[in-house]
Amino acid sequence: MRWRVLGLALVLTAVLLFPRAAGNYPVKLLQEILIWGIFAMSLDLLMGYAGMVSFGHSAFFGVGGYVAALALTHWGANAASGLVVPAVAAALAALVIGYFSIRVSGVYFIMLTLAFSQMFYAVTFQVAWLGAEDGIVGVPRPRLPGVDLNRAGAFHVYVAAFALATGLVLWRIVRSPFGHVLRGIHDNEARMQAVGYAVSRYKLLAFVIAGTIAGVAGALYTQFVGSITPEAFLWRTSGEALLMVIIGGTGTLLGGLLGAGAFILLQSLVSSYTERWMLLLGLTFILFVLFAPGGIVGALRGRIGLRA
Amino acid sequence: MPVSDLLAQALNGLSYGVLLFLLSVGLTLIFGMLDVVNLAHGSFYMLGAYAGLATVAATGNFWLALLAAPLAVGVIGAAMERAVLRPLYRRPPLDQVLLTFGFIYVFEDVVKSIWGGTIRTIAPPDLFAGSVRIFGGAFPSYRLFVIGFGLVMAVVLWLVIERTRLGAVIRAGVYDAEMTAGMGIDIQRVFTGVFAAGAALGGLSGVIAGPIQSAQPPMGAAILIPALIVVVVGGLGSLKGSLVGSLLIGQAEVWGKVWLPNVSMAMIYFVMAAVVLLRPQGLFGRPLK
Repeated sequence: MRWRVLGLALVLTAVLLFPRAAGNYPVKLLQEILIWGIFAMSLDLLMGYAGMVSFGHSAFFGVGGYVAALALTHWGANAASGLVVPAVAAALAALVIGYFSIRVSGVYFIMLTLAFSQMFYAVTFQVAWLGAEDGIVGVPRPRLPGVDLNRAGAFHVYVAAFALATGLVLWRIVRSPFGHVLRGIHDNEARMQAVGYAVSRYKLLAFVIAGTIAGVAGALYTQFVGSITPEAFLWRTSGEALLMVIIGGTGTLLGGLLGAGAFILLQSLVSSYTERWMLLLGLTFILFVLFAPGGIVGALRGRIGLRA
Repeated sequence: MPVSDLLAQALNGLSYGVLLFLLSVGLTLIFGMLDVVNLAHGSFYMLGAYAGLATVAATGNFWLALLAAPLAVGVIGAAMERAVLRPLYRRPPLDQVLLTFGFIYVFEDVVKSIWGGTIRTIAPPDLFAGSVRIFGGAFPSYRLFVIGFGLVMAVVLWLVIERTRLGAVIRAGVYDAEMTAGMGIDIQRVFTGVFAAGAALGGLSGVIAGPIQSAQPPMGAAILIPALIVVVVGGLGSLKGSLVGSLLIGQAEVWGKVWLPNVSMAMIYFVMAAVVLLRPQGLFGRPLK
């Protein structure tokens, strides 16, 4: 335990001091990794703990991103517009989609979540007041009391704080009685039902929690880029998060962050050498599923005896 | 709107529905047999379109493309099943779904590296290059060919599955693969065969679509979603469901564009949501446990 706290403190210090040591581009990469890491960790709560493999997690990333863009542009650039309203909107979207989707499981769940997320894509792609296919551009960052997020350093701390908070909250959740019920559902849903747990209610709550966090990630992403497009809803967004979780290690939380790091570093590295990034991505994904289903964290545990 | 236009729209919906049927029937067949939702099924559609394109470019013969492309895609499908899906049958079924997801990226990028990213079209065969007059309106005769071809394929598939020995083996495998193997049937070969046949049907629909919807690498991922919606609406693993779902979604797509042009893309999702709300297992699916 002491080692883990020490390790966390070291990593956190390194992340916070990174802008002093590195140039503009690497710092942006790190922020992107942290935002995608938040998104991937929220998906891992569903996949790795509750056993609900969702191919439509982009729905909540996109809702968070779009609502943040609208609220920040029209209602004023404050914390409520940038974070609270998007999180509530994503939670509501997750409640509705979850209500429909958790009635089925396995491949049906995959197909339904995928289809629902693409419905958002279809709507945002056509609706004029959402900017149609161009999306919403020129979104201001929120003004927090005493903090100017337009300063690069402040935004870096802001994003890092959310990544840390997400990690801690999810860590607390998966170790709570609630988290153990989720794992029980993953292992044997019928048994949990028979023992007397209201399985659907637990699944729906997990879905809403994951959706809310994904919405926060989307809102942060809008603030990071300054714009949002229908692409945020596209199946590729869900797919990439899925890839990050699998590369990092399903059911480990940390894997989401590591996977996001591996994915984004690889992407920026590879795309400067070759155009065949998608091919490499697909092959990496296939090889991980075939030979390293435990992902990076799984491989590390096997190799150096690292434990959860 | 004049009657002839209404009819033309209905026929457009029918030809799109038939196209979706050819695609989704492979998806549903593979699922019924192997319990795998093949997310790379749209990629087979794309591969079929490009294989058709290459055949037409080399020989100038559309009918040859209609034969060669499904064969080529079927071979790719068989290789995929043997090489990477088979080792995963002992793992949780979701691992296989994830694996097929990886192939979307691979196939799309391979096609892009060979043929480039530009939009291309397959020229329709000379026989169906013109249009015919129906109730005073012109309608492309190729679309009528698609409708006829698709409906004939539906009957042929039904006959094969319901009336032949091979069909009996497939139905037995769908019902209980282990028991079928126990009866002395080489179920592994049937698995490979069904996957290849499903892939070939995907490829076939790609060639058929070539003259209507232009070919470009993202087409595979784009058609996957309507195909999945069809099987959700019709019921996964059901041939009848695949047909009814396809025709329904085909009409929804067309009439959405006519009546609700601002949200036309979302139309098919509304249909899906309505069906899922009333019958989670789809119109013809087996009841969920």
